[in-house]
Amino acid sequence: MNVKVIVRGKAKGSLLVAKNPINFLGGVDKKTGIVHDKKHDLFGKSIGDKILAFPFGVGSSVGAYTLYSLKYNNCAPLAMICLKADLTTASGCAISNIPLVVVSKNDYDLLQENKEITLDAVEGKIL
Amino acid sequence: MELTKEEESALDGKQGETLALAYRTLVAIGEASGADRLIPIEWAHLSGVNYNTIGDAGKEFLSHLSQDAKFKVKTTVNPMGFDFDSVSRYHLDDKFIENQRSIKNSYEKMGVIPSYSCIPYEIFDVPKQGTHVSFAESNAAIYANSFSGLKTNKEGAFSALASALTGKSPCSDLRDDNVRSPNLTIRMKVESRDELTYGMLGYFAGKVAGSSVALSGVNDLDRRSCKSLCAGMGTSGACGMFTFGEEEGEKIDFDKNEMQKIHDELNTSEKGDLITLGSPQLGIEEIGDLASMLKGRSFQKRCMIFCPRAIQGQIRDLGYSKEIERAGGEILYDCCTCLSPLVDNKEVDSVITNSVKGAYYLRTSNEVDVNLKSLKRIVEEETR
Repeated sequence: MNVKVIVRGKAKGSLLVAKNPINFLGGVDKKTGIVHDKKHDLFGKSIGDKILAFPFGVGSSVGAYTLYSLKYNNCAPLAMICLKADLTTASGCAISNIPLVVVSKNDYDLLQENKEITLDAVEGKIL
Repeated sequence: MELTKEEESALDGKQGETLALAYRTLVAIGEASGADRLIPIEWAHLSGVNYNTIGDAGKEFLSHLSQDAKFKVKTTVNPMGFDFDSVSRYHLDDKFIENQRSIKNSYEKMGVIPSYSCIPYEIFDVPKQGTHVSFAESNAAIYANSFSGLKTNKEGAFSALASALTGKSPCSDLRDDNVRSPNLTIRMKVESRDELTYGMLGYFAGKVAGSSVALSGVNDLDRRSCKSLCAGMGTSGACGMFTFGEEEGEKIDFDKNEMQKIHDELNTSEKGDLITLGSPQLGIEEIGDLASMLKGRSFQKRCMIFCPRAIQGQIRDLGYSKEIERAGGEILYDCCTCLSPLVDNKEVDSVITNSVKGAYYLRTSNEVDVNLKSLKRIVEEETR
């Protein structure tokens, strides 16, 4: 699968796939990485140490700092896959050094929960 | 994006983690916004200074970053949450003060000019026409593009910070002359005009326009109205500049009905417990005007007036601060109406202001009601 690279890097791990957009500032606990937005389909799950796929980020641009806190607290995703690169997610991944790529809708629908993948966000490929 | 060899090496971390972080940010934002390359900028103006806006996570990030980061170009900063000189007169908890101090120290350690102002275009010399800058404060970006002949996008906190660290910015949107030409004209049809009408025109324009908009029927702007227009526009949408006169393409009218709709949206009270003036902060000209309007009169309720520190000496020497303080005004430096913790909804229910931008943030962030009216009406109705 070919992807567009937003933040370079490489990661290997299991996929966590969200249906809903994520508001990092209000929706994720920055000390644990657990989604605490009750309305979110990932409610109660940790995004830490996973390759997180979600449509795009919403909410305050301060959410970028939440991603940095997650990284600092060792509970950030290994990498992220989006449908659309919003500036908050792009900035947050950049300052936190979390690889970020964008995929097409068709490819997004092929991503399977818990599947082990290798993300090469230098060459722009998912294996 | 096409990067130069040097940019590639910085991105790969060969010039240290701080520059790698800065280039990752520029490239990420550039890729997300369709830029093809980075271009040099001469001046960065940063947002994300008030502890109220960036919180603990932002404070910690800046503290880590400042351990070895240094700004590469002239870098100025937005207001903080309060004025350190007068904060003891307000009921603000010590934790907020300490957190704000940490943010201030981090920025200063990285080499910022400690301007703490949202009107950099008024207190610094403006570079020559066509110069690229990177302004994260929305009213300042719009002012720079529309009045100062500078080029900037309506930058975010991270793109401006990365620009300050590298002296570069992604070449996209308003850095492209084609994007700067507006394809929508708004015809100003409201007859009686003051800074409030222009603030509401800006707020309307921000809602309907794309990156750039033309305004026609606007030719009598004083400084107060210019600033109010830019601030209103920056509050309601993504539009980053305007031009004067009619352009090709779609045209819509801003008339009394449209203005009333905006006023109804922002004005939620017919009275207030506190007056705030300054969002954007008042410059020397506006402070001089205010001092002469207040001659022989006194505020009948508390009035907070927000200014940049840069004018403190001048307004004292010219006697303006004395006149305003005699009338009961409290002059505060380094901070602004917007997102100031000094306006506390446990103490006031409703705030009087002439600022459209202030009204928006007072409602949504401070969670108080707003009585929005022009400066002339504020002086007439709230002083004796």
